[in-house]
Amino acid sequence: MTGEFSEKVDIEVTVNGEPVEARVPAGRHLVDFLRLDLGLTGAHASCEHGVCGACTLRVDGEAVRGCLMLAAQADGADVWTIEGLTDQGACTDLQRAFVARNALQCGFCTPGMIVAANDLLNRGGIPTRAQIREHLSGNYCRCTGYEAIVDAVESVARARAQDGKGARAGEGAA
Amino acid sequence: MTIAFGNPDRPNSYIGKTVPRPNAERLVQGRGRYVDDIVLPRMVHVAFARSPVAHARITGIDLEAAKAVKGVLRLFTGADLAEICTPWVGVLAHLKGLKSPPQHALAVDRAAWVGEPVVAVVATTRAAAEEAASLVMVDYDDLPVVTDTMTALDPETPLIHPDLGDNLAFRRLHEEGDVEAAKAGAHKVVSARFRTARHTGVTLEPRSILVDWNPAEEQMTAYHATQAPHMMQTVFAEHLAIPEGRVRVICDDVGGSYGIKVHVYPDEVATAAIAKVMGRPVKFIADRLESFTTDIHARDHEIEAKIAVDEDGKILAIDVDDWTGIGPYSVYPRTSAIEGNQVVNLCGGPYDFANYRAQTTVVFQNKTPTCQYRAVGHPIAVAITEGLVDLAAAAIGMDPVEIRRRNMYADDAYPVTSPAKMRFEGLSHHASMDKLMELMDYDALRADQVAARKQGKHRGIGIASFIELTNPSPFMYGIGGARISAQDGCTVRMDPDGSVVAMSGVTEQGQGTEAMLSQIVAEGVGVSPSRVRIITGDTQVTPYGGGTWASRGAGIGGEAALQAGRALRDSILEVAAAMLQADQSGLDIRDGQIVDADTGIERMPLEELGRIVYFRGDTLPKGLPRELVQTRHYITSEYPFAFTNGVQASYLEVDTDTGVVTLLKHWCVEDCGRIINPQLVDEQIRGGIVQGLGGALFEEIHYDQDGQLLNGSMADYLVPMAGEMPDMVVGHVETPTAESELGAKGAGEAGTAGAPAAVMNAINDALRPMGAQVTEMPFTPERILRALSKIQD
Repeated sequence: MTGEFSEKVDIEVTVNGEPVEARVPAGRHLVDFLRLDLGLTGAHASCEHGVCGACTLRVDGEAVRGCLMLAAQADGADVWTIEGLTDQGACTDLQRAFVARNALQCGFCTPGMIVAANDLLNRGGIPTRAQIREHLSGNYCRCTGYEAIVDAVESVARARAQDGKGARAGEGAA
Repeated sequence: MTIAFGNPDRPNSYIGKTVPRPNAERLVQGRGRYVDDIVLPRMVHVAFARSPVAHARITGIDLEAAKAVKGVLRLFTGADLAEICTPWVGVLAHLKGLKSPPQHALAVDRAAWVGEPVVAVVATTRAAAEEAASLVMVDYDDLPVVTDTMTALDPETPLIHPDLGDNLAFRRLHEEGDVEAAKAGAHKVVSARFRTARHTGVTLEPRSILVDWNPAEEQMTAYHATQAPHMMQTVFAEHLAIPEGRVRVICDDVGGSYGIKVHVYPDEVATAAIAKVMGRPVKFIADRLESFTTDIHARDHEIEAKIAVDEDGKILAIDVDDWTGIGPYSVYPRTSAIEGNQVVNLCGGPYDFANYRAQTTVVFQNKTPTCQYRAVGHPIAVAITEGLVDLAAAAIGMDPVEIRRRNMYADDAYPVTSPAKMRFEGLSHHASMDKLMELMDYDALRADQVAARKQGKHRGIGIASFIELTNPSPFMYGIGGARISAQDGCTVRMDPDGSVVAMSGVTEQGQGTEAMLSQIVAEGVGVSPSRVRIITGDTQVTPYGGGTWASRGAGIGGEAALQAGRALRDSILEVAAAMLQADQSGLDIRDGQIVDADTGIERMPLEELGRIVYFRGDTLPKGLPRELVQTRHYITSEYPFAFTNGVQASYLEVDTDTGVVTLLKHWCVEDCGRIINPQLVDEQIRGGIVQGLGGALFEEIHYDQDGQLLNGSMADYLVPMAGEMPDMVVGHVETPTAESELGAKGAGEAGTAGAPAAVMNAINDALRPMGAQVTEMPFTPERILRALSKIQD
């Protein structure tokens, strides 16, 4: 077992728009690589078996569980974390709506929740509350009871549709 | 000068308004700082080899294979740590008869539950520590395992702790009036057997601690995801033989607590002990399996209960026999007897009746220890009480709302003392029920239910009234000998630029403590909340206090902040009066300006006053007090607890073919006294409701008869996710407590207290035409189909 996991892999990956070259242990999860090696602590490790969604990232345009993907698998990929999405202004409206609606309490689920919600909103249109709930049902929040999150996402969907933004927001990071 | 809370247009009217949380912006950007985000120079990681068996003697430990793993620095056994860390005993003197054996940071000689830490492995990386922990070889000599609560005291059941004489941790019987006579003379006596499942909190951030010991300063610094930094300071100091003043506990962002992070955990104390031995920072972050096997569990109760009513539905007696199994140790220092004790204190809470008997029996077993978890005992007591009331209503053919109205304490009856000897200062059961009826349009909902039934849809309405214990005094823990502070303090100071810094002993776990405090201090001083910076969670900086538990942050910490803010206002005005040669009583502070109180005309900005005080103090009169800093502490004194009340309703549909329950809508009207921030209160209620709904429908820790935990992952222990949860309507009645100027009571646990009972009653309302009934939580499809006799094996 030790031999298998001591193997190192060289990767080249784009993280938040910046090139990163690294030699990573083959067993290192992508979220651990981001947190431990790059100091990007916005994505959180929680259940570490793909159920809670706290580590949700954007990889090659898709919402991905950072605990179910190895760093080695990210070779050549375009990875975005909450830090980069924030810097790009890719989800500013969602972040503002979360604050205004108090759609977060402890904040531990929030970066993953915002990445997941942005993934839904980038598809354009105004999802129903049921569709929002369904889309976010892989992101666990123990604090809010979800209603405020659904409200915030719904309000941003309406605002984006009204502004004709549709799938525009998040383009920079797509 | 008192604050005219009734006037929303008063100056600086921040209390009662929704203002944004100062820390929320940071968290949505991923800029939170949780313990696992902190990296210190020379930091090492600890992982634990844990007992894979529920009860066994430890006869040998072989560390050779573990030591060989690259990166492993040191290993510690129970015997090693026992030399530097004293054991603890989780008892409180006022819980008469409560007993528990000494508990060590790591098991010594014997392991008593699956997950108990046995060996600590320290390595340069967490991966290496975990790998080595898996290679620790321990010889376990199996001992008899006790898992069942109800047979724990049977003579043939083995003793977990032979030195204690039996498996009974605690028993309390409370009797008021004559229950037997009341039952004998009653029109109807209805009985039921209730069960609440074993839950755990499933905080998204696992338990986390990073402890540094600086031998040069002989100072310990613990970065700890905790609700009670000062309590932990005392614990580390006492058990590691460090002067209390040399322990600093820092609590930055915490990723969810709900009571889970207010207890003393052996692995966390072990981490601190190891840091002291190794003289360098040691980090422990629980993984998810460790969370399930070692975070405290709760709510594992079995209850036989009876209610006696007369023909008018008046409650004559309530009789409760409550049993709970708490694991092998009573958890330190709050003890594992409080939950059962709360059941005795809280059953029948909303109702004016005379004859009450309740007994709780708290037994040891070889499972994960249980302790206080959000709404401690309330969900159990409310399920018992409200379940019984609904069964009584059905038995006499009365509407469930009507039977409650006939029994709830009148809104003008206060103060009253309940049959459980709880003292209520002022509650609003009838006003709350009236508001609930209006919000949910009860009659229309009943009509919808009838219409749905005609289409073969089985919908149910469930009501649950409740009381909630908040703002605890030392009667909760302090009188029992625990160094757990019921008082709390706040220091408020004005800096030269006229901004205000407030340091509080209550802590932020995401509930909005810092927003609430910023509003109170802003109003107390007379500045905008954006000019107030709140500092919490640092024992070396903040006034001494209790932290977050028993819904005390707003009621206790908020009042201290208000008094400190008012005192600072007075200090500022004294200086202003000297500078302006005005009468102090004629001046006020509004939005950061000294103004004439009568006209509102601006006289001087606070920045100017700050400039003079801090840089040109020579121009002020000699002897003028110029301390622009004030500290106030607050403790409740007239009532042991400030009770709140509320009522919830659930509307749901039961699929009688599949047993699946669909939640259609949920309502809650609650009375937490003065509301400081309406949005934060509403979201506390909603979050609490969903935590209660999880217990009602999904959450249950399963053990087999060997004490093996069977569902230790989030794929197997189900928590509420967005897809299954309903929208919730929240309403309020405000009955401020007269004990404090602020008048705030707690709001954080009301949702969790009442939701399970409301769902239970709604399901039974739906099933009643079919003669079926469920009283064992969670109400899984299987249990509902069994109740309908559709599963019979």
